[in-house]
Formats: sequence, C-alpha cells, structure tokens
Amino acid sequence: MTPAFLYALVGIVLFSIGLYGLILYKHLLRKILAINILGSGVFLVMVALAARTGDAVPDAVPHAMVITGIVVAVSATALALALMLRVDAETGQAVLPEDREE
Amino acid sequence: MRKIKLKILEKKPSLFTRLTLGILMFLLAASLAYAVWSLPTQALGLSAEVAKNVEMSGVSNPVTAVLLNYRSYDTLLELGVLLLALFGVWSLGGVSANKSSFVNPILDFLSRFLVPVFILFSGYLLWVGGFAPGGAFQAGAVLAAAGVLLFLNDWQLERKYSGFSLRFVLVLGLVLFVAIGFGFVFLDRVFLEYPPQLAGGLILLIEAAATLSIGISLAALFLGRDPSVKSDSKIDTGVHK
Repeated sequence: MTPAFLYALVGIVLFSIGLYGLILYKHLLRKILAINILGSGVFLVMVALAARTGDAVPDAVPHAMVITGIVVAVSATALALALMLRVDAETGQAVLPEDREE
Repeated sequence: MRKIKLKILEKKPSLFTRLTLGILMFLLAASLAYAVWSLPTQALGLSAEVAKNVEMSGVSNPVTAVLLNYRSYDTLLELGVLLLALFGVWSLGGVSANKSSFVNPILDFLSRFLVPVFILFSGYLLWVGGFAPGGAFQAGAVLAAAGVLLFLNDWQLERKYSGFSLRFVLVLGLVLFVAIGFGFVFLDRVFLEYPPQLAGGLILLIEAAATLSIGISLAALFLGRDPSVKSDSKIDTGVHK
C-alpha cells in the first residue's frame, strides 16, 4: 500500500465520521463542525490521489482545487456560524426548525 | 453576548439510531475505500499537461500556474464567494462584540511582536508563490491570522477607515482580476488569457491584490459584523422575548 492510498483511506474515514455527526446531532454548531470534518476528508482524498505520479511532481490541478476549496469552506463556515447565531437569537435554540423543542 | 448552549436539550440519540447509522457509515466507508482501492496506483492525471505549459504560464510553481493561469476562473469565482459570504455575514446584522474588560498581557505583548512578523511573512509567501509552495491564499490566510490576533486584543479599525477604505480593499482583488481578465479581451485574447511574456508580472499583481482582499475578508469574517456599524446598535430581530 502506497502512502497515497493510506492518506486517501484516512480521508474516507474522516468523511464518514463527518457525515455521521452531521446526521446524528441536532445542534447547529455540531453540524457545522461535522461538515468541516467531512470536507477535510474530501480534501485529503483529493490531495492524496493527486500524489499517484510515482517520482514525478504530484498533479497540481487537484492541489489548486483543494486550496480554492479550503477558502470556500472557511467562508461558508463563517456564514454558517453567523446564521447559527442569528437562529439562536431568534428562537433561543441553535437547531433546525424540525428539531426544535417547545 | 448570550452564550450558545452546546448541550441544549439534546437527548442522546437512542442506541438503535446510533448503531444503525454507524453500520451505514461503515458500509459507506467500505464501499468508498473499495472504489479508491480499485484505482490504478499510478496516475499522472493532468500533471503532464501542467508541466508542458508551465513555461508559458509566467510562474514555475505548478500549483500557482493552475490557480492563476490555467484555471483562473476558479480563483476568480472563489474571490467572489468569499465576498458574498462576507456580505451574508454583514447582512445578518452581526454578532454583538464579545467584550472582555481584561486584556491578556501576554497576548498583548505577543501580538505587538507577532503582527509585523505575520505581515512580513505574508509578503514572503506571496512572492515565493511564483516558484515554490506559497501564493495568494496562503499569504492571505497569514494576513488574516494577524487580523484575528489584533481583534483578540480588542483592537478596532479606526472609523475613518471602516467605510470606503475597507470596502475598497475588500473588492480590490476581484475588481483587478476582472479588469485584467477583460483587459486582454480587447487585445484579441479570450477572457482571463494573459500574453506569456506579461503573465508573470500580471499574476504577481493579481495575487498581491487578492492577498490583501482575502486576508482582510477572512479577518472581517472573524469579526462577524460590519465595522462601520456601531457595535452596540443591535439590529432589531423582531422577536420580543
């Protein structure tokens, strides 16, 4: 097993853990954290699979996509956190409407 | 600021739910692992094409060549996404500042020392991106880290800079990118295509502007509200508790 595949497998595990948390937990902060873990897994798979070039330089295209993706993920997280704070300010609970408890 | 309760009324999901979901996720992970496993161990992807044209791209770092030349559309749109996220955060009325009366002396001392270093390092990363790992995003992230340190010390942007000047820097990267992209359309080239002999300088120019915009946008996202709006003027949420 090459290191590239090991990293890709770790990425898949991170993705699955993130999806588990996203589905299971109701609190929006947990969901946002879960999405970030899930996204990190995807990035790790992309970067790892780009390294299957033997001794040559790894494929730069997935690397560039991941850099772009990281910035987008960070800004999406910031927007999500702002939305969460607003939801909490409006309803007193940082959960989605269907999970709200009266 | 009211503390967000992390525990809420969250009852622990039943063992059945957790177990079912756990098994499902395991199956998902196993099938994804199988899919990855069956990929060829050697795959050049697009690295040959990237290497073939890197001399025409104006930079020798292939990742920067992809980001700012071959696929500059991605980077352009991504600057747009960053700006949209910031507008989204600002339009939500923002978070009331979490004021602490206590300024940590260690943090205070360290930031005075570190912020100039961060700014210098950001410039270094921007320059080095042409031929080694680095570039606008990394430099912008370091710049944003300097901003976060300042905000943690209750630093505030002077009011005279928080209006037009701030907005100018925020949109600078995107505007310059689009302007240069369109500029060459009039010289019989397609959108975002640079002449090879000018590409190096243009990329550095775009990256410099993008670094500023990315760094300031990320720091502003951390602040979480429009600094030109008074922090104590809470936007009426329309809910009376």
